[in-house]
Parts: sequence; C-alpha cells; structure tokens
Amino acid sequence: MTHDLTTLVPLPVLIPLCAAGLALALHRHPRAQRIISVVALSLMLAASLGLLVAADGGPLVVDVGGWAAPVGIPLVADRLTALMLSVSGVVLLCVLLYSISEGISESPDGLAGDEDPIPVAIYHPTFLVLAAGVANAFLSGDLFNLYVGFEILLAASYVLLTLGGTGERIRAGAVYVVVSLLSSILFFVAIALAYASTGTVNLAQLAQRLPETDPGVVVVLELLLLLAFGIKAAIFPLSAWLPDSYPTAPAPVTAVFAGLLTKVGVYAIIRTQTLLFPDSPEVDRVLMVLALLTMVVGILGAVAQDDLKRLLSFTLVSHIGFMVFGIALGSEAGLAAAVFYVAHHITVQTTLFLVTGLVERRAGTTSLDRLGGLARVAPWLALLFFVPAMNLAGIPPLSGFLGKVGLLEAGVADGGPLAWALVAGSVVTSLLTLYAVVKAWNKAFWQEVPEGVARDVRLPRGMTGPTTALVAFGLLLTVAAGPLYGYTTRAAETAMDGHTYVDAVFPDGADRGRGESPDAVDEGAP
Amino acid sequence: MNPEMVPSAVLVVAIGVLFTAGVYLLLERSLTRVLLGFVLIGNGANLLMLVAGGRAGGAPIAGITPEAEMSDPLVQVMVLTSIVITLALTAFVLAMAYRSWQLNGHDEVADDVEDRRIARLAARNAPSYLDRDDGEPGTLDEDAAAARDDMVRGDTDRTDETGEAR
Repeated sequence: MTHDLTTLVPLPVLIPLCAAGLALALHRHPRAQRIISVVALSLMLAASLGLLVAADGGPLVVDVGGWAAPVGIPLVADRLTALMLSVSGVVLLCVLLYSISEGISESPDGLAGDEDPIPVAIYHPTFLVLAAGVANAFLSGDLFNLYVGFEILLAASYVLLTLGGTGERIRAGAVYVVVSLLSSILFFVAIALAYASTGTVNLAQLAQRLPETDPGVVVVLELLLLLAFGIKAAIFPLSAWLPDSYPTAPAPVTAVFAGLLTKVGVYAIIRTQTLLFPDSPEVDRVLMVLALLTMVVGILGAVAQDDLKRLLSFTLVSHIGFMVFGIALGSEAGLAAAVFYVAHHITVQTTLFLVTGLVERRAGTTSLDRLGGLARVAPWLALLFFVPAMNLAGIPPLSGFLGKVGLLEAGVADGGPLAWALVAGSVVTSLLTLYAVVKAWNKAFWQEVPEGVARDVRLPRGMTGPTTALVAFGLLLTVAAGPLYGYTTRAAETAMDGHTYVDAVFPDGADRGRGESPDAVDEGAP
Repeated sequence: MNPEMVPSAVLVVAIGVLFTAGVYLLLERSLTRVLLGFVLIGNGANLLMLVAGGRAGGAPIAGITPEAEMSDPLVQVMVLTSIVITLALTAFVLAMAYRSWQLNGHDEVADDVEDRRIARLAARNAPSYLDRDDGEPGTLDEDAAAARDDMVRGDTDRTDETGEAR
C-alpha cells in the first residue's frame, strides 16, 4: 500500500514548478494565471495532506529518476516533512487567495493600503516557484538538493521582495539579497567539506559515515551548517537583516516570508541536528545561549517599535528562539514541542501579517501613532487581529500556550542551569510579547478615530475571507492540539532514533548502497 | 592521509586568494563591488568543491577512460549547478544595482533607515520629562510618522516619473 502512496512524494515540488512554467507562458491572461495558481496550490495542499496520513505509517522514499540512493537523489517524506508541508500548503493557498483579491480590487476611497499594485504577470509564477522551493527543501534527502531547494526559494524571494522596484524595496532588498547570498555560499562550502571528508552528500549516508569521521571535522561541519541555516532562520546575532527587509514588501509577500522562509531554516536545523549530529552536547549548549538571546533581544526590539509591521518582524525573530530552545534541549519532548511550535507559529505569524495588510488598506498606514479607533470602525478586523495576537502571546487555551507549556515542561525535565535560564527567559518573553501586542492593540484599535478614516468602507471579501480562514485554521490547531501533539511526538521519536530515516533510504542495506536501480538494471544500460 | 585526496597547492592558494579578496569586496558599500566579491567567493567555493573530489583524472565516461583513472564526476555536476545559480543571481543583483543607480544616482547599500530613526528618537526622548511641560506631548511621534510616510510616498512618486512599467 505504501508503495503506491510514494507517488505522492514528488508532487508538492512538481505541481507548483510545472504550474509556474504554465503561468509564465500565459502571462497575458491574468485570469488563467490565477486559476492555474489556485488549482496548483490546492493540489499541492491535497498531496501534502495525503502525505501527512501516509507518512504516519513510516517514511516514504522516492528515488528520483529511478536511480537508487546514494547515486540518485532521494526525496524523503517522514512525519516531520509531511507536517511542515501540510501547514505550508494551507498558508500558501490562503496567502495566494488574499493577494489575488488585493491585486484585483481597487480601493474605493483611493486610500489603497498598498500604494503600488502587484504586477500580476510576474507575481504568480514567482509565488509558485517559491512554493516549489519550500517543498523541495522539506522533502530533500540529499544535502546538495537541500541547497538547490534553498536557492529556488531564495531566488523567488529576491524577486518577490523587490516587486515593482521602488526605492525603499531596492534598499531593503539589497540587504536581504547580500545576506542571503552569503548564507548560500557558507552552505555550499559546508557541502564541499562534507563531500571531501565523507565522500557523500546523501543525508542518510552522511548519518552512517559521520560517526567514523574525525570529530574535529564533524564539529566544523556542524558549525558551518548551523551558521548557514542560522542566517536563514534569523537566530540572534544573525538576525539583524530580517526586521529591516521584510516590512517593505507587499503584505502577502511579507506574510508568506514570515511564515515560511525562517521556518525552512529551522526545519534544516532540526533535520541536520537530529540526523547528522545527534550527539553534540557542546553545540547544544551554544544553541541554548543563542536561543535565550534571540528571544530576549528580539522581543525588546519589538517593544521599541512604533510600526505594526516592524513590531511583528521583531516578534518573529524573538519566537524563533522558542523553536531553537526546543531543538537545543536535544530530548524527544523538546523536539516534539519545537515541531508543534513551528506549526503554530507559521500559521499565527502569517495571519498577523495578513491582518496588518488589511489594517494598512483600511487606515492607510501601519504606524501605531497614526492608527486609532479601528475596533469601532472595523470590528471584524479587530477580531481578526485579536485572536492571533493573543495566540502569539500564548494566552490559554490557544495553541501558542500549549506549545509554550510543552517547551517549558521539556526545559524543566532537562533540569540543567541553562535550561532553567531558558524557561525563565521564555516566560519573560511571553509576557513582553503580550505587552507588545497589547500596546499595538491599544494604539491601533482603541483610542479616538483619527481624521480622514472613512467609516463606511468595507474591505474586499476576497481579502478578509482568506484571513478569516487562517484565523480559523489557527483555532483548529488549538482544538486538534491533542492529536497534533501526538503526531509531533511521534515525529520527534522517529527523528531522534536515528535509524528509521536511514533504513527507509537504504531498505536492504548494501544492496541499494551500490546505487544500482532495479529499473535501470531491467532495461539494460541506460 | 589518503594520497588520492592530497590537493594541489596551486588550487589551495587560489581558493585562499579568491576568498580573501571576496570578503574584502563584500565589506564595501557599493552594491557592484559587493557583487564582485560574491562572484570571487563563489568561484573560490567552486574550486573548493573541485578539490573535494580528489585528484584530477580522465573524462568520466565509461568506455573511454578506465574506471581507475576517472576523475570524480559528482563534484563537477555540483560545480556546474552552482555556476548556473551564481550566473542567475549575478544577473539579478546587477539589475538591482542598476535600478538603485537609476533611482538614487548611486548603488550604495544604505543603513536601516527605520533603525536610525528609532535611535534618533530614543536620543531625543531621553529628556522627555522636560517635553511634557511645554504642552506638546506626542509631536515628536507625529513628526516621525510623517517623515516615514513622506519617505514611502516619495519613492512611489519617483517610480511614476521614471515611467517604469508595473
């Protein structure tokens, strides 16, 4: 049965990539483009959900091109991958629907939130390429293919971030592009080192060979990879680029970046730390210190901001610290909580940025000093902001609270002084997050309604609809937290035990290790 | 150490020089120089990957070169992929530098404007208990918000003047 379901594995990459080509070919037909994008991302979501169910029975592996690993490149979908893909699928689809509506409808009062409409012809193919890159990074069972996945999504993100080429976006884009290029080179150097020292870039084979490699080389490799992924995930000393570059992009682009791009970095850290470097307490201690600094420095930055988009960007940096906390504990409970937190945070952070886009459209600005009285003027918008904001701050019984409790429990179970410091840091960060979002709420949604804000304007349904759907999805994560937490616990178990992944890629040991595909042998020499 | 894996000294020195020069250029302000730095480091990384494949050999084609004398094809494939990616990104950054020059007359990577504003704000806010007395609370915030909105608007206006297609 699982054999048939492996057909699903490459689909989350293939569907958006093919659709991107089709959408580019049809750039003169915006309506057809929109249909293609929506259909492609819906299919991608369906395939991901299928994988979510199928991968619960064990990792699914596809040898691309019929060449078995390690000569061919395997795509591996285990529980962790399937969960990431499914949450990403929901988020991508909602953001796409939101941006379609934003692109079409003109603001009736001339107070368009986004002052330059998105050039649809480029936007759709690029967005689909981004989706394919994210899926490829999640599915890759090969370090070099992971690098290619990163490059696909980064190249798409460069285009999306500088859409329209306005001065502000070019300025912010320059910082983002240069920092990302640097992280890519570091990643590439790490791959070269891995290949020189072990003779392979296949993740499963690396996991087999690294324990026999010189420990000094392994530490260098681990730190290089962490540096490259840390820049992408925006862990504290490497996070300064994020609050500078994200807020200038159009609202849906910022939303999808905030939700997915940093989490791809976090996913890569989880994958490499559990599979390749399972036993590295020194590095874990470094990660713990960095997690604490990320949380505290990030949230202090958020408190100082007076612009809603920048405030949210800083909370994004801060909450990456929670995920790194869970990874650094190096225990199953910690990892399970971290994975749950990733799923929760992708949803909530994306929702908040979409709501910010709605606020900007409704009131014409995101500066907290200029906003006011939105709760009276637009009560539904206020509700859409309030629920995910409270979720981000971790108010019970929402999913943010459950994720944080899981992390705190894992931290207490660890019992070391650093773990206790992190537990204290998490509580302080949660309270400061609450302070930051309550400040935003107080300034933007209460107070007097400033002059010039029309009272009888309605936001387009196409924009509020997907936002509402994402808020509802966040609540669904809360309601279904029990089964979801069970799933992440099982995902953490398979990730931590080390052999499930390797066994799935090399099912009959040495036989497949030779790299000869059964298909290729049947057909004779290719 | 495996004699097969001892790299050529020329390549190692070349990698070192490329990385050094690349890092120096990356630290420059001008986007074009940063790009040149990226290209140099990228080539250095490609050479590093080539060295990772071990000693050089014949073309890795079955039937032409005996298996023992083949060079490692995998690193060549990876270098090729990396060259293609570097090419595309170089083109993109060049376009960005050109656009920056079109808009601002230079292609310097600017500081985070918002951060500078917040720092200024903090410096001016330090004696804020004095401001309270002269009956103008909040004017500073208003100014700051106005400055930001003007900046954003100025950019879009300029885009219109240059007549760039959206």
